[in-house]
Amino acid sequence: MPVMSYIQAVTTALREEMHRDEKVFVLGEDVGKKGGVFRATDGLYDEFGEHRVLDTPLAESAIAGVGIGAAMYGMRPVAEMQFADFIMPAVNQIISEAAKMRYRSNNDWDAPITIRAPYGGGVHGALYHSQSVESIFANQPGLKIVIPSTPYDVKGLLKAAIRDNDPVLFFEHKRAYRLLKGEVPEDDYVLPIGKADVKREGSDITIITYGLCVHFALQAAEKLAEEGIDAHILDLRTIYPLDQEAIIEAAKKTGKVLLITEDNKEGSIIGEVAAIIAENCLFDLDAPIQRLAGPDIPAMPYAPTMEKYFMVNPDKVEKAMRDLAEF
Amino acid sequence: MSNTRHAELGLSDEKVLDMYRTMLLARKLDERMWLLNRAGKIPFVISCQGQEAAQVGASFALDREIDYVAPYYRDMGVVLAFGMTAKELMLSGFAKAEDPNSGGRQMPGHFGQKKNRILSGSSPVTTQLPHAVGIALAAKMEKKDFVSFVTLGEGSSNQGDFHEGLNFAGVHNLPVITMVENNKYAISVPIEKQIASKTVADRAVSYGMPGVTIDGNDPLAVYEAVKEARERAVNGEGPSLIEAVSYRLTAHSSDDDDRTYRESEEVEEARKKDSIITFAAYLKEVGILTEEVEKEINKSITDIVNEATDYAENAPYAEAESALKYVYEE
Amino acid sequence: MASEKINMPQLGESVTEGTISTWLVSVGDKVNKYDPIAEVLTDKVNAEVPSSFTGVIKELVADEGETIAVGDLMCYIETEGGASEDTSERDAEPKEESINEKEVSADQSMKKRYSPAVLRMAQENDIDLSEVNGTGRGGRITRKDIEKVIKTGEMPKPASSEETAAPKAAGSVSSASKQAPVKQQETQAGDIEIPVTGVRKIIAENMVRSKQEIPHAWMTVEADVTDLVSYRNQVKNEFKQKEGFSLTFFAFFVKAVAQGLKEFPQLNSTWAGDKIIQRKDINLSIAVAKDQELYVPVIKHADEKSIKGIARDIYELAMKARSGKLTADDMRGGTFTVNNTGSFGSIHSMGVINHPQAAILQVESIVKRPVIINDMFAARDMVNLSLSLDHRILDGLVCGQFLARVKELLENTNQDNTNVY
Repeated sequence: MPVMSYIQAVTTALREEMHRDEKVFVLGEDVGKKGGVFRATDGLYDEFGEHRVLDTPLAESAIAGVGIGAAMYGMRPVAEMQFADFIMPAVNQIISEAAKMRYRSNNDWDAPITIRAPYGGGVHGALYHSQSVESIFANQPGLKIVIPSTPYDVKGLLKAAIRDNDPVLFFEHKRAYRLLKGEVPEDDYVLPIGKADVKREGSDITIITYGLCVHFALQAAEKLAEEGIDAHILDLRTIYPLDQEAIIEAAKKTGKVLLITEDNKEGSIIGEVAAIIAENCLFDLDAPIQRLAGPDIPAMPYAPTMEKYFMVNPDKVEKAMRDLAEF
Repeated sequence: MSNTRHAELGLSDEKVLDMYRTMLLARKLDERMWLLNRAGKIPFVISCQGQEAAQVGASFALDREIDYVAPYYRDMGVVLAFGMTAKELMLSGFAKAEDPNSGGRQMPGHFGQKKNRILSGSSPVTTQLPHAVGIALAAKMEKKDFVSFVTLGEGSSNQGDFHEGLNFAGVHNLPVITMVENNKYAISVPIEKQIASKTVADRAVSYGMPGVTIDGNDPLAVYEAVKEARERAVNGEGPSLIEAVSYRLTAHSSDDDDRTYRESEEVEEARKKDSIITFAAYLKEVGILTEEVEKEINKSITDIVNEATDYAENAPYAEAESALKYVYEE
Repeated sequence: MASEKINMPQLGESVTEGTISTWLVSVGDKVNKYDPIAEVLTDKVNAEVPSSFTGVIKELVADEGETIAVGDLMCYIETEGGASEDTSERDAEPKEESINEKEVSADQSMKKRYSPAVLRMAQENDIDLSEVNGTGRGGRITRKDIEKVIKTGEMPKPASSEETAAPKAAGSVSSASKQAPVKQQETQAGDIEIPVTGVRKIIAENMVRSKQEIPHAWMTVEADVTDLVSYRNQVKNEFKQKEGFSLTFFAFFVKAVAQGLKEFPQLNSTWAGDKIIQRKDINLSIAVAKDQELYVPVIKHADEKSIKGIARDIYELAMKARSGKLTADDMRGGTFTVNNTGSFGSIHSMGVINHPQAAILQVESIVKRPVIINDMFAARDMVNLSLSLDHRILDGLVCGQFLARVKELLENTNQDNTNVY
């Protein structure tokens, strides 16, 4: 089985889907000749031509809005926002239009667009190249939000997003792009959107997280296993709508739950996860639900000291996990 | 007869009479909705009155079998021309389950009907413009010869989506026709406080497309401009911007009182140029709208409006729990 | 002179590694700060990496074509002057001391902070949490601790539970604490303070509960057991020799009580709020003392056993109690208590009912007393039987009948009509 990086899995999924379905096309800033600022669309322009790998003007609302229009016609656009931080001008199109298209037309129209965007910090990206923006969209019924954690998940979930008949926001952690490598099957597989995935079975504490933080948790779990602490790790994969069943099951499994996000703490998606657990698992809880998240400051600063202070990292995760295990 | 204006545009007598009939139906449905609103039967009306000529004239210039339209909330004339029925519009007014636009989910004026290629619209203005550009992009990618047609008010032409969408269309040379229905008011704010350029059409130059300003009260002038734009589009010559100038004869909506911001004399003056009157006069002048025909048209439209009202008023609402349906594909 | 490291720089936001395509310097070359030293290829860019120091290249650690992670060593450079301060990020905060295990276990502040999960599981499985050891922080009982208890089956049962188990006080200890909210008592010089813990604490709690909840009433009868005594004394040596355990008077009393309960099942019952549960089985709790502790093991199905069988049960339960081998099962399921207060020399006492049973019978000392029979004094072996009853369940009439029957059974226990086997 070939080993590839997280970003190569993105490219592979795009390429395979473009071969599979002629209606699939890519649009965004610098996605064509350059192959994307992170090189996520590397080689696609040469392979499929400028009409299917479209360099657009620098205007995010148009990228989303034109994509939505094409999707309404029956195309399968994959729009790229160069950084999740720059999705803001497109929020009206995503929330007012894509999210509500099916509902407002009483199932007459739909908008099967996939919008990809690199998110997350730890790359010296400062305030506007580091943000986690998922919570802005995570209370918009009609949208689906996928955040994969491994190259394997990237390929299976991006394919699922492209084939999904509803709009999907697909956030890729930019630090994971080249940091994470893993085995990715060559065959055409699709992973279910809306289903969380147990990344590690354990009986002492439950970690529920997503994206790059899954790896921090896995790393910490291996270390803690030597001390006899056995961590259960649930990767949300789809952070909206949440897989309530899996969350409840994972929380009940140990009764001690640590929720991790790289986003600012207050109002982040893990607050919703905590609410689901509180509603459903009271008599299985053995400790207060814990959250590990970024501080409530606007975004991650540039200077390495402050960036490190903001970012979740394996040490912070390990400490939080041990703390909960000892409770 | 071959020297009439409509004949010169290639329009048959039946065609122009059909245009008039559509304009009048839009007007009469609109008027009925105001009555129903004031009678407390429907909560909200937003009008097409004063803009029927532009809406119907443009629609008749399009290929109503294959072209896509992204109308805005005043475009009753456009959707009627594209196949939506009076009954369906009334169902929307009453928010009944059978409403094809939204099944009673959206306010009236939020059109959408896939079988007639009418894109679903929302309340935030100008969001439909990039959608029309996207449809045009699909036409280009799929090498189809349909065009997309999008309308909006002049106030909406200040939105980022206007600029972003038209620039995108210009850069990629897409078959999309944008018609700004300039009715001189964005709710209460007049055009001179909305737009710094002399006309909306002036903006076209920066998007690399032709822009024309025409008389929106003259359906034939609008027909001619849109016809030309459509030919350019299907010939691969790219997008066009058309500014059709008319006047909003009613308040912004049933919730607005326009006496607070404009003089009634101004409205009375505009009524003299009302296309329903002027176009009828033209048709009479060229001998198409005879007294007999006019009588028949008035009668049939009254019947249609009455029937639509009765049907819609008695139609059932959607089940309350159906509010939960169609958030995602089911 | 000082040796400095040049590490692989991060050349792009998502880049985590770089490949050295060409070294632009060789060992021994003198370079100025910002002179290019290598061409580096990453996924995103192809860049010349400049030197961060002025000095002489000492060693090229990475080879051309080698891919190394961001932050890893590329080469050493010998610089003039002292070692410059390493300005790279440094973990300024000292590593947190790992918490001392022993300290944690000594701290019991969280011992009684039960999580919802722990409370639920304790209730569902009838576990006495005060008897569970907590392995959590501050001695907190964790869900895992409870899971372990359930798994191993070593369940400390709550003393208050109906199916009595665990160290549990007999109903007659009259010195048990009486009121729940204890006033702060002053201590005088020479007073000894004895902490109330363990079994003593449970005895206290049970007594309070029984007295607070159950409206007690009392009744005593006197029985003439002269024949029983002579019969027992006649056979006791042979019995001991043959069976290996003693034939006590108490066994005869238990037998008679079991028989009486069979006939008056009203006394073999439990108050359950909106109903009274009359028990089918006659399981008699007996009190067994051990040092400062008192246990109430159960003679199961006493009505089906011979005097010998009962005597054996009494013997075995007493042995187990003294050696600390009583199991939860030995103490479960009692329906009525017979208390051998006579063994302490008592001739009259008022027992506290063993909650939630309906009554307790105190068998007092057998005393030789002059009794008038047929208008003549006679020396007879007399015993008082003192009954405490739950007046919600029982009234004087039925209790009087029950006591009269037990008295009758005891007075007719003699050599001719009784067989210990």
